[in-house]
Amino acid sequence: MLQIPLWKRLLIVAACVLGLAYAMPNLFYVRVEGHNDAMKTIDVSGSTPVLEAAKGAWPAWLPSGLVNLGLDLRGGAHLLAEVQVADVYADRLDGMWPDVRDALRDVRETAGTIRRQTGAADELRVRISRPEGMADALAAVRKLARPVVSLTGVGQNDIEVTGDGADLIVRLSEAERQATDDRTIAQSLEIIRRRVDEVGTREPTIQRQGTDRILIQVPGIGSASELKALIGTTARLTFHPVVGRTTDATQNPGPRNLLLPSMDEDGTYYIVEKTPVVSGEDLNDAQPGFNQNSQPVVNFRFNPTGARKFGDYTVENVGSPFGIVLDDEVVSAPVIREAIRGGSGQISGNFTVEEATNLAILLRAGALPAKLTFLEERTIGPELGADSIAAGKIACLVAGIAVLVFMVASYGLFGVIADIALLINVGLIFGILSAIGATLTLPGIAGIVLTIGMAVDANVLIFERIREELRTAKGPARAIDLGYERALSAIVDANITTLITAVILFAMGSGPVRGFAVTLGVGIVTSVFTAIFVTRLLIVWWMERRRPKTIVV
Amino acid sequence: MRLKLVPSETNWDFFRHAKLTFGASVVAVIVSVIAFFVLGLNFGIDFRGGTTIRTESTLSVDVASYRAALSPLNLGDVSISEVFDPSFGDDKNVAQIRIQAQDEQEAITPEAITAIEAALKAKDPAIKFSSVESVGPKVSGELISSAIKSVLLAMGAVLIYIWMRFEWQFAIGAVAALVHDVVLTIGIFAALQIKFDLAIIAALLTIVGYSINDTVVVFDRLRENLIKYKKMELREVMNLAVNETLSRTVMTSGTTLIALISLLVLGGDVIRGFVFAMTWGVIVGTYSSVFVAKNIVLFLGVKRDWSKPSGDTAGTQFGNIDA
Repeated sequence: MLQIPLWKRLLIVAACVLGLAYAMPNLFYVRVEGHNDAMKTIDVSGSTPVLEAAKGAWPAWLPSGLVNLGLDLRGGAHLLAEVQVADVYADRLDGMWPDVRDALRDVRETAGTIRRQTGAADELRVRISRPEGMADALAAVRKLARPVVSLTGVGQNDIEVTGDGADLIVRLSEAERQATDDRTIAQSLEIIRRRVDEVGTREPTIQRQGTDRILIQVPGIGSASELKALIGTTARLTFHPVVGRTTDATQNPGPRNLLLPSMDEDGTYYIVEKTPVVSGEDLNDAQPGFNQNSQPVVNFRFNPTGARKFGDYTVENVGSPFGIVLDDEVVSAPVIREAIRGGSGQISGNFTVEEATNLAILLRAGALPAKLTFLEERTIGPELGADSIAAGKIACLVAGIAVLVFMVASYGLFGVIADIALLINVGLIFGILSAIGATLTLPGIAGIVLTIGMAVDANVLIFERIREELRTAKGPARAIDLGYERALSAIVDANITTLITAVILFAMGSGPVRGFAVTLGVGIVTSVFTAIFVTRLLIVWWMERRRPKTIVV
Repeated sequence: MRLKLVPSETNWDFFRHAKLTFGASVVAVIVSVIAFFVLGLNFGIDFRGGTTIRTESTLSVDVASYRAALSPLNLGDVSISEVFDPSFGDDKNVAQIRIQAQDEQEAITPEAITAIEAALKAKDPAIKFSSVESVGPKVSGELISSAIKSVLLAMGAVLIYIWMRFEWQFAIGAVAALVHDVVLTIGIFAALQIKFDLAIIAALLTIVGYSINDTVVVFDRLRENLIKYKKMELREVMNLAVNETLSRTVMTSGTTLIALISLLVLGGDVIRGFVFAMTWGVIVGTYSSVFVAKNIVLFLGVKRDWSKPSGDTAGTQFGNIDA
């Protein structure tokens, strides 16, 4: 019969109170946001009276989770970048060249002299003068192979060595490629995160997507172009020996050399050795500054390894120029006047103060291991987002009020009960969204409005059923009981099928669509909870107090 | 005095005009398919690649002069349209500029945006870009395939669920109703050339969810009545089920439509297409659960004798789980 055990009642009430408590901070959005920001800043950089005041504006013992606003509501920039993972293979193979060379020199007796050939980007091709000694050469190089350290590539070596006529070819194995890709993406993620953090915006999203993509969402930034300038630059700094200087862009630089344009002087090209002496990975620090002529420069310091390499090189090459190369452009090519032992130096070009500051940030954060191409970019202005929120709020209010009135008009007292459940339902949706840190998007608002419309469905099913049961005249308590019992299977089936589509939307969708799936899914769960448990509890309370002989639904 | 959209007891014959109603659905589906193939969908950049820029200005939008300003930039196919919404004041004029995907580029370059902005500023100094969205051909191709996959997957999942809970005839009927709703929605988007983007796919999936919700409620009652009235004609049992649930069907559609229509009118132009798809879907979804799904089940026939176990009942083994 119409009885609910006390523990169940307490549980239902507790769930509602908890949900509403989590939803409440959203009513004081600006204040709570200020409080949360202040907490974070105090954690990082210590306290000031202003921050303390902002922190004190919201009591610490209350929940302070907020529904995150998506980019389409807050404004900001969204980029989907693809990491050119294959770039790294060439570097890896390049790094192996000295070892391969040494290994082949050890078998010079049988394999003869060796010469590196220009081959495809993903292979290292070496020609040996005595092809009949290929077996020895292969064996020697294969000794260099090391097992891959990864979960999937157990038991595989990192390189594959094959012979092709007089050429010996070294390639990265499949397992090694995968491991390299994973490392490349992980590094890229880390470096992008560092660069975005340097600018200090609120809660950026930086996520890996699929095998080689990175999604970057930065709220509050002016445009995607700004963001691109920050993270699209590889910022690979290298120091190369300079071979020559030319104005002919088509000149053949010769084997193992590169022809690179100058950054400042149009039409000037430098020929530099391909293998750098030191690279930006050996940098410890970079800071913007000024030189004696008050021109903006970037001061850098090498780590001990870099300092040693750089020092050794400068000792041997006093009087010759070396090129400072940033992303395949020669920033400058000063002549080494004396050995540089201290491990620090200065990059001067025709920088503005801003460029120097930016370059220092990029160098500090480190170079991206591979180039990024941007597949998708979206910028949403903050005003457009604010308009959408305002429109969404009004629509929610009107929809809510209309549905509330409609329900009371149709079911009287029971309509009021359904309305209370509906309000609790909307509160619970916000509570859960805040607690799980979900993001509310524009379609998400539509999802909530849709839920408002559909949430009453379960109650409509129950009430219609109670009406039917009342016609067979079994007394109000029995009719209500049967109404809930018999409507249950329809409610469950109907909502599970909708939940299935919400799950699929979440799994397959991206961005705003995902936000919609989350609100829809959460809305289904809370609406079933409120329709079945909350309204029932309310009706039972009412029945216990009034003990009506007849009811009209 | 209670508001009653439907009399408390109805005994309408929903099959009386079966030829007309079911025929109308068939015709509508065919027309939609033709519209889809002849007119095609007005794909947004999500599916076609390219760039859309939303401009906002205090001065009125002059499409011709915008076009003249952009033509020296050689951007290829450019379409410019003014956006209207009752919530815009006199000093808020919004236009939407769509530019085709540029050769050999995934997303638009910052230089191109700067050039476009400069060109438009020359015509209208007050112009601002309130949003810029650019999708490369690579991503748009994937978005199409994942969108199609997700709609099919949703239908497949629903088919399996209904099959488990009911019988296979019901599953077929429910999915036929779903296909009907989705096709009609795509059809109206083709006929009216409303922009079809990712959000519309979300709307389609929601329609799938809503329509199935409606159909399942009718089926649930049908299942119950089939057990209760073993001797009654299948046609009669179905009519009874629809009549008994009619009040609920109309109530739920009513509340949902109230919510959606207020969003359609007041929710702003950015999501209007999305909300329109859902509103339309709710209307056809309600129609299809009353007039399409059960006709298919009637056509396929249902095994009536539930007492004898046979191979055929394999599909209903979960039928009596009343969770």
